[in-house]
Amino acid sequence: MEVKDIKIKGISYDEFKDNDSLEKYVEELRANGVGIITGVLDDIINWGRSNSLWPLTFATSCCGIEFMAVGAARYDFARFGFEVTRNSPRQADVIIVAGTIVDKMAPVLKRLYDQMAEPKYVIAMGSCAISGGPFCNSYCVVNGVDEFLPVDVYVPGCPPKPEALLYGMMQLQRKVKMERFMFKDKEVKENE
Amino acid sequence: MENIKELILAKVSDAVIEDKQYLTVTVKPEDLRTLAKMLRYDEGFDYLIQLTGVDYGDSLGVVYLLAKSEDMAVCIVIKTATADKENPTLPTVSDMWKAANWNEREVYDYFGVIFINHPDMRHLFLTERWKGYPLRKDYDAGRDVNPLDLKSYDMSDTTVSYVSEGDGIKKIEKNLFEEEDYVVNIGPQHPATHGVLHFRTALDGEIIKKIDANCGYIHRGVEKLCEGLTYPQSLHFTDRLDYLCAHIYRHGLCMCVEKAAGIEVPERAEVIRTIMDELQRIDSHLIAWSCMCQDMSALTAFIYGMRDREKILDIFEETGGGRLIQNYNVIGGVMADIHPNFVQRVKDFIPVMRKGLKEYHQLYTGNVIARERMIGVGVMSKETAIAYGVTGPSARASGIHCDLRKMAPYAAYDKVEFKEIIRMEGDSMARYMNRLDEIEESLHIIEQLIDNIPEGDFCAKTKAIIKLPEGEYFQRVEGGRGEWGVYILSKGDKTPYRMKFRSPCMTLVNAMDTISRGGKIADLITIGGSMDYIIPDIDR
Repeated sequence: MEVKDIKIKGISYDEFKDNDSLEKYVEELRANGVGIITGVLDDIINWGRSNSLWPLTFATSCCGIEFMAVGAARYDFARFGFEVTRNSPRQADVIIVAGTIVDKMAPVLKRLYDQMAEPKYVIAMGSCAISGGPFCNSYCVVNGVDEFLPVDVYVPGCPPKPEALLYGMMQLQRKVKMERFMFKDKEVKENE
Repeated sequence: MENIKELILAKVSDAVIEDKQYLTVTVKPEDLRTLAKMLRYDEGFDYLIQLTGVDYGDSLGVVYLLAKSEDMAVCIVIKTATADKENPTLPTVSDMWKAANWNEREVYDYFGVIFINHPDMRHLFLTERWKGYPLRKDYDAGRDVNPLDLKSYDMSDTTVSYVSEGDGIKKIEKNLFEEEDYVVNIGPQHPATHGVLHFRTALDGEIIKKIDANCGYIHRGVEKLCEGLTYPQSLHFTDRLDYLCAHIYRHGLCMCVEKAAGIEVPERAEVIRTIMDELQRIDSHLIAWSCMCQDMSALTAFIYGMRDREKILDIFEETGGGRLIQNYNVIGGVMADIHPNFVQRVKDFIPVMRKGLKEYHQLYTGNVIARERMIGVGVMSKETAIAYGVTGPSARASGIHCDLRKMAPYAAYDKVEFKEIIRMEGDSMARYMNRLDEIEESLHIIEQLIDNIPEGDFCAKTKAIIKLPEGEYFQRVEGGRGEWGVYILSKGDKTPYRMKFRSPCMTLVNAMDTISRGGKIADLITIGGSMDYIIPDIDR
């Protein structure tokens, strides 16, 4: 089954570079078929969820300034539903890890992630969050947040341009749109 | 300076005095305090600019760079070392210069040197569980020694102090807070700390009694990394320390290497660098202004500031290739010639910025609420600023002449005319106004230079491998938040033996405790915004 032509305002399906992994993801999700009613409900809920993903105000270093720039007037992620940044992890849907994570910060970040309510997503912004970046040989830098957080989207760059971050955030929206939301936990339990 | 040499020898007879870049005095640890006292109280060296720990191999040493607040260009270097590597101890100077407090804690972190009589000998950047001293040459950088630990530990409420008693050293434990103190945690994840800084704030009702600032949540070990890289390779770290002054910091390191290696920088490059520095300063002050206003709940101001800033970033992107971090300076000049549109773009930008400044004043400076929240809040006296080694716009708001562009001109600053903005009040309003006024001065500098960019090369020819002659090199530049400095100790190799960056933001956060005591907790946010610190610059 092909991925439905998922429309994101301003950018069409063909213009996304990463369609393969999403198509594989959909195949996995739909391996046992999709219920009609729950499927439709999923679509509606996911439409709502993907267009109101609120990020946590969290930045450790340079990428944070680009994150601020994306929030400001010129790039303005509110256009795509990332309306406001939330200061409390309990109100946030997505954490954008903007900047280097060092040993002392790692437990704090883990706790922030644990405090967020499900469903929650992680975007690794910039080469530091992806792999440690220029500091990967340091004695106290975590070589990528994926060592302890499940990362959904990686946005490379040092720091990534605001356009790149917007693209990454839209990729996350597409991912959210494809998820199975209804009875998700039940199925996971059955599979186990 | 001849006079000083005699005075030093009269006090400390076996001091070794050398004429290097600055007058360098080497003393034994037991004579350190005698010499420091003389220089501090009799000779007027009241600014502790840098305090650097060095592992010389057979001994552990500390290098102090002192300056005078009357004339920031006059500097003197003191060096001392202890041969005991098992239990290294040195006398503290934190009672003479408060700036030494955090710097000595940093040396303790990096080298394990214990400073006798230091009031608060805790780790600054690393955790209490950290094994080994990372900047020692024999440190094993393997991750199995200090693996990543995701468990959250309670923070200790006590601190230690080592006092000499007879022949031995006595360890004294002290409580950081009093029994009845109500302690509020601000940070590490807090929108108004401008990064991952952690304040433990003891309160009496709404009044701040004490602040204990915790750093190290973004300590990346840049100085250790530099020791393994060649000079051109280590340049990019400077951009990522204070990313809002990326260009200025990189300029500083380039200048230091150029001076040491004897590379002549073409005039064209000097002028381009100066223009870029000033654009960067405007960018930095704009962010400072926007974020300070946003912290005080004026979101419109944030949007306005970011809007005007994008115009500078366009100029950077066109010429340097990067928006925030340009990687534009290289050793010997700049990486590429300016873009053909550069001059026109800059000329177009100047009137836009002037209009913007007027708008900012109308929008926010005159606002009654803003004035009430800023005037008289967080007053930093001249003495406090000097004691903590505060520089930059924040110190100039307390009436200190510390603009290195004027005091020790570099690049093309001696060819241009500009005012040093000085205010005497020392409150948040003065710091706020200083930044906006400095934007105007920066525009004035750019105006003078933009039509006079000389023809010629934009970069000098350098050798493929740059080796610095043996010795110590200092360079100080005026960053957006104060004086940024670099210290290179070279042993003649293509990599530095020790490279240290002097962080202006560290002094600002260090002074936070003193200036916000007695204020309301809501004012802490205003004061923090007006001090405008960048956390990765502190932690390095």
